[in-house]
Amino acid sequence: MPSTITIQLNGEARQLAADATVRVLVAQLRLPVERIAVEINQEILPRAEFDRALADGDKIEVVTFVGGG
Amino acid sequence: MTQSKPADLGMRAADPPPTDAEVAVGLLSDSPLRIGRHVFQSRLLLGTGKYPSHDVMRAAHIASGTECVTVAVRRVDLSGREKSLLDWIDRSRITLLPNTAGCFDADEAVRVARLGREAGLSELVKLEVLADPLTLLPDPIATLDATRRLVKEGFVVLPYCSDDPILCRRLEEAGAAAVMPLGSPIGSGQGINNPRNIRAIKESLHVPVLVDAGVGTPSDVTIAFELGVDGVLLNTAVAQAHDPARMGAAMRHAWIAGRHGFLAGRIAKSDHARPSSPTAGTIAAGGS
Repeated sequence: MPSTITIQLNGEARQLAADATVRVLVAQLRLPVERIAVEINQEILPRAEFDRALADGDKIEVVTFVGGG
Repeated sequence: MTQSKPADLGMRAADPPPTDAEVAVGLLSDSPLRIGRHVFQSRLLLGTGKYPSHDVMRAAHIASGTECVTVAVRRVDLSGREKSLLDWIDRSRITLLPNTAGCFDADEAVRVARLGREAGLSELVKLEVLADPLTLLPDPIATLDATRRLVKEGFVVLPYCSDDPILCRRLEEAGAAAVMPLGSPIGSGQGINNPRNIRAIKESLHVPVLVDAGVGTPSDVTIAFELGVDGVLLNTAVAQAHDPARMGAAMRHAWIAGRHGFLAGRIAKSDHARPSSPTAGTIAAGGS
């Protein structure tokens, strides 16, 4: 098993440890868990499932609220 | 009054006169605006975009008395340097209404709505499916399609739509919790371009009608409420005003004026002048 995986995070390639989870990723980015939403391969990942392991090639979107009308 | 039928428009029996104290503080009786499980005393909904700063936005929100603001869903800033908009919104007083702005087809809008629900833990969504980036006009077919799908998923859907009474009726039938016909194109400041349509929409629907987009100035808000609508959503007119907080306050006065003007029941228009003072007993006509 390789020691790292490559994911697409908000459209950018990013290397993570092979055992990385969404919770680890969110902590690395210092994002407030309660204000974001995460999508893996176009499916919502509920907060309760943030400990799920990521896989090589996963497409992750992390969004939050910004100003809008 | 929000459920009034056409025959009631501006014609309801007089309420008991307000007390002096009620008049002094402007607390005339009115029913709240209800959308889904949410109850709002303020019928003015504001945006959170295009303000010069978060501090100015907060001041404008407070001055306007709004209890509901729209927010957009976007990728997080991965540098971690961006400050969260939500730190400038008092969520104990203001409900977030996530939008699907920037979506140009139903699939995209459904996807963004799901993300907004997850981030905000709210089932409310202002559904926006635009036809193209030039006109920014809503795509009526895709909006109806996305409304059906989101209602099925348990969302409380507020579709931004054309000012077409039949489309609005279809959206209501599809389960929309309110409809949001445009006053005029987004950000244009043209006001209410088609007041007869807005009135026709209000007269034929049971769900709340909120005019969204195109409001430029307080009198536009007053006109919308005089037509009988249940609420107005605006963003640019306040955010891009020279003094957004003052404009927020002006919009608050404007909606209250229009709302009570509507509830009070306006006089019929006449082609001819009608004297306000008695015509009998004038000394000029009395002879000597």
